[in-house]
Amino acid sequence: MSIFVDTNTKVVVQGATGHQGQFHIGEMLNFGTKVVAGVTPGKQGEEVHGVPIFNTVQEAVMETDANTSLVLVPARFSKDAVFEALDAGITTLVVITENIPFHDAMEFVHYAMYKGAVVIGPNCPGIASPGKKAKVGILPSGIFVKGHVGVASRSGTLTYEIVNSLSERGIGQSTCVGLGGDPIIGTTFIDALNAFEQDTETKAVVLVGEIGGTAEEDAAEHITQHIRKPVFAFIAGRTAPPGKRMGHAGAIIARGKGTAKSKIKAFEKAGVKLASFPTEIADLVEKYG
Amino acid sequence: MKLFEYRGKQLFQKYGISIPKGTVIEYEGDHSNLFFPCVLKAQVPVGGRGKAGGIQLAQTREVAKEKLAGIFQMKIGGFQVKKVLAEEKIGVKKELYLSYTLDRSRRMPLLMMSGKGGMDIESVADNLIFKEWINPLIGIQRFHIRGILAKLELEKDEEKKIAPIVLKLYKLFREYDCELVEINPLVISGDEQVIALDAKVIVNDDALYRHPDLVAEHQELTMLEKEAKEKGIAFIQLEGNIGVIANGAGLTMATLDALTHYKGKGGVFLDLGGTDDPEKVKQAFELMKKAKPKVILLNLFGGITKCDTVAKGVSTVISKEGIDCPVISRIKGCNEEIAKDILKDAGLITAGSLQDAAKRSSDLAGW
Repeated sequence: MSIFVDTNTKVVVQGATGHQGQFHIGEMLNFGTKVVAGVTPGKQGEEVHGVPIFNTVQEAVMETDANTSLVLVPARFSKDAVFEALDAGITTLVVITENIPFHDAMEFVHYAMYKGAVVIGPNCPGIASPGKKAKVGILPSGIFVKGHVGVASRSGTLTYEIVNSLSERGIGQSTCVGLGGDPIIGTTFIDALNAFEQDTETKAVVLVGEIGGTAEEDAAEHITQHIRKPVFAFIAGRTAPPGKRMGHAGAIIARGKGTAKSKIKAFEKAGVKLASFPTEIADLVEKYG
Repeated sequence: MKLFEYRGKQLFQKYGISIPKGTVIEYEGDHSNLFFPCVLKAQVPVGGRGKAGGIQLAQTREVAKEKLAGIFQMKIGGFQVKKVLAEEKIGVKKELYLSYTLDRSRRMPLLMMSGKGGMDIESVADNLIFKEWINPLIGIQRFHIRGILAKLELEKDEEKKIAPIVLKLYKLFREYDCELVEINPLVISGDEQVIALDAKVIVNDDALYRHPDLVAEHQELTMLEKEAKEKGIAFIQLEGNIGVIANGAGLTMATLDALTHYKGKGGVFLDLGGTDDPEKVKQAFELMKKAKPKVILLNLFGGITKCDTVAKGVSTVISKEGIDCPVISRIKGCNEEIAKDILKDAGLITAGSLQDAAKRSSDLAGW
């Protein structure tokens, strides 16, 4: 098993014919992902790396049975794209786009809940299950090794660094999911933890958090009550000043909430093992066995 | 983007929320529209201006002149006062608190009200703050407003006057893509009017394109931060003297944290993001140089972005423009060996690990 994406995942890429779309369709196909369709209005009949392009998600779904969408369309059109995918029956959406207005994200996250669909992101690198040859997103393929550690993270490059250091030690991953750096995201640490807890392939979980909001505090409380698998964590932004947005839209200490100190304290209380440096995660997991 | 109080109040007015009569004073000698008595309020994008002396009462023109001179000299929370709002003085019978924020955990607008208006909401006891979450799929409904107003123990005719304001503020919050709208205090005046005495409005930067009527002032940013924003570079000035350049916000934060571990202090947060475009790398380095750090720490992880292409950009900038402080680099990931060679040739110090790089940077910076 794995979480959210596996061998049954059939991907339609929204925003397939742009530079990013073309490049990452190629990368996903090389990873072994079943990319079955692309959507760019007005480009029906074209192909990208042999993948057929459709004008609408509905047509793509009817022709190819796609069940998962990768959203690469510009921020201004993302809400429309997500709504379109949800109405076409897509059940898992991975929204890579950065700078989507928060109110738009709030609307499509709630519509997805109403539809019973999973939204990962926005402003995320996507998700990869190396053992299932399924990658939906823009994560670099070379860093993954299949195995039993589940990774969920609010950041991109920092996660690659951590995953890479795990792989270098021979510690493989079941699924690695980038949850996104925005304040409003679809899939939270709690959702990922629940999925990893259920997943027989996952034996330990790594969370990569950062300042802003209370997602880590919420997760810590959830771990205490519901998660039996060991959890390891790294929190970025211990030295970030309040009121400054540290690169990610969601990485801001606002009105006294969202400090690294509070998150570290909550995780410690929940028995989560914390790393001081990103690569120290691999030491902790290795020591645990 | 945080709006000045007077800009926030203009929005309130547009939505039919009463505000005190007032005028904006643009410079010290601008007295012509003043009326008396008036309250002079420094316009700065930070809280705590009352305590700092940024709010003063003036009974006469003479006093106002003197006080304005003082206020225009002030720096509050690091921000020079450039505008002053002069308002009529309102007789206050009751002070309430009203706000909408985005609840990140529930991913919904959160309506908060309290009978304890006029003070910092964080200092108000939790059991005196009332909350309603509003599912964006249904929007605000009468039951939300009835529910929260009932907890405030107001008189019936007060409730009747406040209910429409709760509704109007929700509309403003949603239509202007706000992260926060706060009226603190919302007052019931001596003559039973409901008036917004203050306005705190933060609009989501990513939605500013839909609001051409709002001038993007970003007055909460420093000059260099503003320049970076125009160029689309994530750049933040901090208190220390070590400039950090990394790719990815999380990695940049983690690098700053590592410095602190070795008693160093980050002076600049610069996230290159996913770019390996030499022009962007050049702009980033130029900005960094303007911030005059004592040491630059470059921390890269190459994934889709290859280490060597970023390294090439960096070495081109350094060889062409020169750099007058030591640059310590730590490179990991795709094509790291090629990248290390390029950077070594450019005269950079290469470190083996983040810890090593952070320690050396901190030592060099003199911490």
